[in-house]
Amino acid sequence: MKMLSAGFLAGFVGVGTSCNHVIDEEFLQKHFLEMTDEEKQRVVRRLEEKYLREYGKTAHVSTGAAKPKTLWGYGLDLSRCIGCRRCVYACVRENNNSRYKPQLHWIRVIRLKKGNLINLENAEHYYNPETVPEEDFIYMPVQCQHCENPPCVKVCPVHATWKEPDGLVVVDYNWCIGCRYCIAACPYKGRVFNWTRPNIPKEELNPAMHYLGNRPRIKNVVDKCTFCIQRVRSGRYPACVEACPTGTRKFGNLLDKNSEIRYLIENKRVFRLKEDLNTEPKFYYFFSL
Amino acid sequence: MEAWRFFKKTLALVMKGSLAYYAWCFFLLAIVFIGLKFYTAQLDYGLIVTNMRDQVSWGLYIANFTYLVGVAAAAVLLVIPAYIYHFDPIKEIVVLGELFAASSIIMALMFVFVDIGRPDKFWHLLPFVGKLAFPDSLLAWDVIVLNGYLILNIYVPVYILVKSYYRKEPNIKAVVPVILLSIPWAVGIHTVTAFLYNGLAARPFWNASILAPRFLASAFCSGPAIIIIIFQVIRRISNVKIANEALFKIAELIAYAMFLNLFLMGAEIFKEFYSDTVHLAPLTYLYEGLHNHKALVPWIWASLSMNLAAFFIFLIPKTRRYLVTLNIGSLLIIVGVWIEKGLCFVLPGFIPDPLGEIYEYMPNMTETAVSMGIWALGLLIFTLFMKVAIPIEAGTFFHSKHETRNE
Repeated sequence: MKMLSAGFLAGFVGVGTSCNHVIDEEFLQKHFLEMTDEEKQRVVRRLEEKYLREYGKTAHVSTGAAKPKTLWGYGLDLSRCIGCRRCVYACVRENNNSRYKPQLHWIRVIRLKKGNLINLENAEHYYNPETVPEEDFIYMPVQCQHCENPPCVKVCPVHATWKEPDGLVVVDYNWCIGCRYCIAACPYKGRVFNWTRPNIPKEELNPAMHYLGNRPRIKNVVDKCTFCIQRVRSGRYPACVEACPTGTRKFGNLLDKNSEIRYLIENKRVFRLKEDLNTEPKFYYFFSL
Repeated sequence: MEAWRFFKKTLALVMKGSLAYYAWCFFLLAIVFIGLKFYTAQLDYGLIVTNMRDQVSWGLYIANFTYLVGVAAAAVLLVIPAYIYHFDPIKEIVVLGELFAASSIIMALMFVFVDIGRPDKFWHLLPFVGKLAFPDSLLAWDVIVLNGYLILNIYVPVYILVKSYYRKEPNIKAVVPVILLSIPWAVGIHTVTAFLYNGLAARPFWNASILAPRFLASAFCSGPAIIIIIFQVIRRISNVKIANEALFKIAELIAYAMFLNLFLMGAEIFKEFYSDTVHLAPLTYLYEGLHNHKALVPWIWASLSMNLAAFFIFLIPKTRRYLVTLNIGSLLIIVGVWIEKGLCFVLPGFIPDPLGEIYEYMPNMTETAVSMGIWALGLLIFTLFMKVAIPIEAGTFFHSKHETRNE
């Protein structure tokens, strides 16, 4: 009987590791921040080969570092948002999020009755009218707020998530153990979990990727908005900023005195979500009208 | 070699038993098998086969984990009254209590293991080898204190048992420091586990200072209640004599702990309902239902009634000192605290979620089967521990050099 139960335990451990194909390399892969440039290149090559095999597309996985003197900040004009969710779907496509059952959203637009902003208890998440905007409501898109003092980073038991020098809060999907403590710690619902193997139609794969951003994720790990790290580090706007038809979304370098985001902070009356929690988000809501 | 002989004899010992013993072991094994079957499916498809989602990202697994850490802590804390009130036989009580604590910790760790999405990356949690985020993450603290506690609780009974196996009187002085260390450590594991939730400002339901004291109070109810049942089983199937007086004393202590638990619960209810802020929502969900979502309401009231009933059973000397009512009270507490501190503690932390969404969670077949599998495996481990420990304690299983002399 003892032998039997020992056999079970061995089975237990065995099942945990046996479902991996490129077992050694992937299993033993180091933490991203501890890899040398050479090791990073090897991992990138392995990933690019894997994506070619799985999607039939040549992808480019960047490991580009943060630019100096950069701290990314986001502005969101609540007067302009019409709740159309174009940003939500542009984000899904850009970031290679899982498409079906479930579709993973990094942006969530909630609908609030006018006259109510701070108490989110009556927020509606699945509003679905014929047309937007609606007379009695305002819309509030929420995504990762890229806190300067991120509670999700503090709780991670293995340092699988951290704040980059340019302020982006990122995840090493290959280091995440899937405990979901960060999801419990985030006050903004900024993190989502890949509850199963993500699926992306081959033709829809976005081949311009970043290791810490939109490369296709794996099963049972957490992911989140990265302000489109693959775009912003090469001089482009995040996909949600480009997709917005009303100019609700603003983005720029908080350290650059001439940036639009600095202008907004200085000239509009901005606020940040749940400021009482002292998380210091770099995501500023404001009203232009 | 003696080690080999010990192993062979141990094997013979656990393989041989009464019909009831076989039935019990195979019953547990069957449940373990079913659990394993569901667990492999979970590994294949991902955690999507559970009912957990982004809104409620922890469920039955973490609920069981929380409960079992409390049980493990309380099993050792029983050593204190055992010494103070001179429960007889003290050595046996220490050994049984610590082995039960060890089994509970093993179960608790297994519950974390099945909850983790990437068991293949488990090594990232190892200090030095991986990248354990100590001291920032409370989960890192928990990994350390739980494993340390497991080692302490294996060390003491193994020391006492090995000595007895060699027919030597254990040198209590050698283990007393370890036993003494395991007492604050027991408080530590449960405090750290409480802090794991307590430190999350995003979740007002958990972010209440009353959490750690309440955890300890409820653990002092459920752990000893399980021990009361186990002691009775053990004295029935072996020669270990545990006096009724010891059971009654434990029951009396449970009554005090339960009073404290109910008092702290009342304090929390008063504060939240009277001040009536936005942070009331999770409590409203728990006790009354929120926007017509009422999944937990029957559970919390059932749990509260069980705890209250057990409190009175254990408070009144007549019912406390009567084995039938004593056992009813113990079962009420085991179930009542499990509900209170399991699902009714974990879920309101997530409902409503930080953006006000309500996702009602109840565990599904996979989660139930895997959880039962772990409980069965834990009980099996404890059974095998007992199968070896009791004969050693009783002096019927010993070093081979004593064999000829005794035959």
